[in-house]
Amino acid sequence: MNQREKEEYLREYAVLKAQGKPFFPYIIVKDGVMMIVVIGTIMLLSLLLGGELTAKADATTTTYAPRPEWYYFWAFELLRVVKPPYLVGLATVGIPTIAILLLILLPFYDRNPERHPLRRPVATTAGIFIIGAMFFLSYLGAEAGAPSQIELGPPKAIRDAGGATLTKWDQGRKLVAQSSCGGCHKIGENGNDGPGPPLTEIGDRLKAGAIRETLINPTKPMPSFADLGADQIDKMAFFLASLKSDAEESHETVEELTKESGDSSSGTETPKTESQP
Amino acid sequence: MAKLKLLPSLPSGLKPATRPEDLAVKKQGPLGAVKDGGIHAVDWVDERTSLSGTMRWVMFRPIPKGTNWFYTLGTATMVAFINQVITGVVLGMYYEPSATRAYESMKYINNEVFLGEFVHGMHRWGSTVMVVLIFLHMARTFFFGAYKYPRELNWVIGVVLLVLTLLMSVTGYLLPFDQRAYWASVVAMNIAGNAPLVGPFTPDLALGGPDVTTLTLSRFYLIHMMIIPGALIALIGAHLYLVIKLGTTAPPWVRADKVSPGLKEHEE
Ligand code: HEC
Ligand code: HEM
Repeated sequence: MNQREKEEYLREYAVLKAQGKPFFPYIIVKDGVMMIVVIGTIMLLSLLLGGELTAKADATTTTYAPRPEWYYFWAFELLRVVKPPYLVGLATVGIPTIAILLLILLPFYDRNPERHPLRRPVATTAGIFIIGAMFFLSYLGAEAGAPSQIELGPPKAIRDAGGATLTKWDQGRKLVAQSSCGGCHKIGENGNDGPGPPLTEIGDRLKAGAIRETLINPTKPMPSFADLGADQIDKMAFFLASLKSDAEESHETVEELTKESGDSSSGTETPKTESQP
Repeated sequence: MAKLKLLPSLPSGLKPATRPEDLAVKKQGPLGAVKDGGIHAVDWVDERTSLSGTMRWVMFRPIPKGTNWFYTLGTATMVAFINQVITGVVLGMYYEPSATRAYESMKYINNEVFLGEFVHGMHRWGSTVMVVLIFLHMARTFFFGAYKYPRELNWVIGVVLLVLTLLMSVTGYLLPFDQRAYWASVVAMNIAGNAPLVGPFTPDLALGGPDVTTLTLSRFYLIHMMIIPGALIALIGAHLYLVIKLGTTAPPWVRADKVSPGLKEHEE
């Protein structure tokens, strides 16, 4: 805006104000109604949804695949667009920094003196596009299968082996599901697609030993799961190594299978489960 | 309105103490005496602060014609923030920021404290409401072009308020120290720790070590209930000062010169 435009605006604004009304009592009534609506909404949400807690934090036995608050879904979806691991770090800092800078500097690069949304086509379109994209990305984030479950049936070979092999496979499946892997890896329909690579067919690439090594000594940002202990890591590696592109998946769940064959080992120790929404 | 008794133009302490009118008021019985006492108290404060001028500046400032419901979104955000402050203070009376006690103290609030879960819920969902409202308020000022001259600085302060509000919701997430809180923080820190340059220092700074421990909790608690709220309160003050000083915009389709028939109702 140049000097003339500034003065023009201020003059126009002075007239608008002269033709307006005092804040008290005319405008404050609207604000008061809004205050009551806001507090009422918060109270209603609290009554309906409460302040429930999940189980107590536990760093050792089983872990938990967290999801961010729903209003961060879009940001996480956006990060997932970035695939190569060496770019993920750059993106986690870069994308928010750029977004914040673009926002802060808005009044300085948008120098159009026009204020009417219909007469600022570029700004209005960009605004609507960004809001639309945020809704769309949030929808994608909400649609993804819960990262704390893995809905896969055992491969044919494992199912035919039955018995202890099948139990070990299923315990591995549950452990992986509960160990927050889904926070970073997509496994079948579940889990977040990134920042880690999908594990749906990890058996093609890595053998059980290599997977065990990864779990104990991972590349950052993946955390080490050495705390879980050799036995549990072994089961997880066994399960993951069985996930191959050519393995025919049987569609019965392990529960159904073990019931049919009357398998005696099915009653043995199952991994400690922590239920969560 | 400007003739309200509560806001006399001249502090009465500067007037002769016993005027005939004052005595007449005093004779009105107990109710009159109370009213009189109130006025005296207000006068006493005003004589020493000149607050009445500020009050008049805030309350009787002219609002341009055409102002509509979209202009209440800023106030709505502020109310949600005040709700967070009040419910947060109540929670703070019982909460203990230690890895061993945090979860138990939250359970205690939920199950034992009178209306505890209600207050906890209001804090929990109030944060969501505040985030939604702040985005709506920002969208309003964006589409109305309210960030343009002379209100650029208010937009800049607004963006900082937005960032601080989002940081509040991140630091608050860990405090109950349940599974969701713990593992969300672990993953968040793993991601942040992988960032270039600042990455390697983030866990040390935010967590107080490589793992999420009591040190982490007390740091997050300090950030969540002192540092960021302090900054928020100061910046909201500056934001509102500028709102009052510069005045709020009129909707961009409202014009002062040619009054279109559709606007007649605002004129009245
Ligand atoms: C904080 C996010 C995160 C979590 C949680 C996580 N991972 Fe990873 N994981 C990664 C990333 C990122 C990589 C890629 C690392 C690299 O650059 O090699 C990876 C790599 C892997 C690989 C090697 C993949 C390949 O193609 O070479 C395996 C196997 C793996 N993860 C298994 C797991 C399992 C099992 C769990 C749960 C117990 C898990 N991860 C939890 C982020 C994570
Ligand atoms: C804690 C959060 C915030 C609070 C409490 C707050 C409060 C307010 C209030 C009460 C107003 C008066 C007019 C109205 O209600 O619309 C206002 C105006 C304004 N706010 Fe905010 N605000 C907040 C965050 C933001 C953010 C995130 C932005 C933008 C990035 C922003 C930008 C503005 C601008 C530009 C105005 C002037 C609008 C006009 O004159 O029409 N504010 N704010």
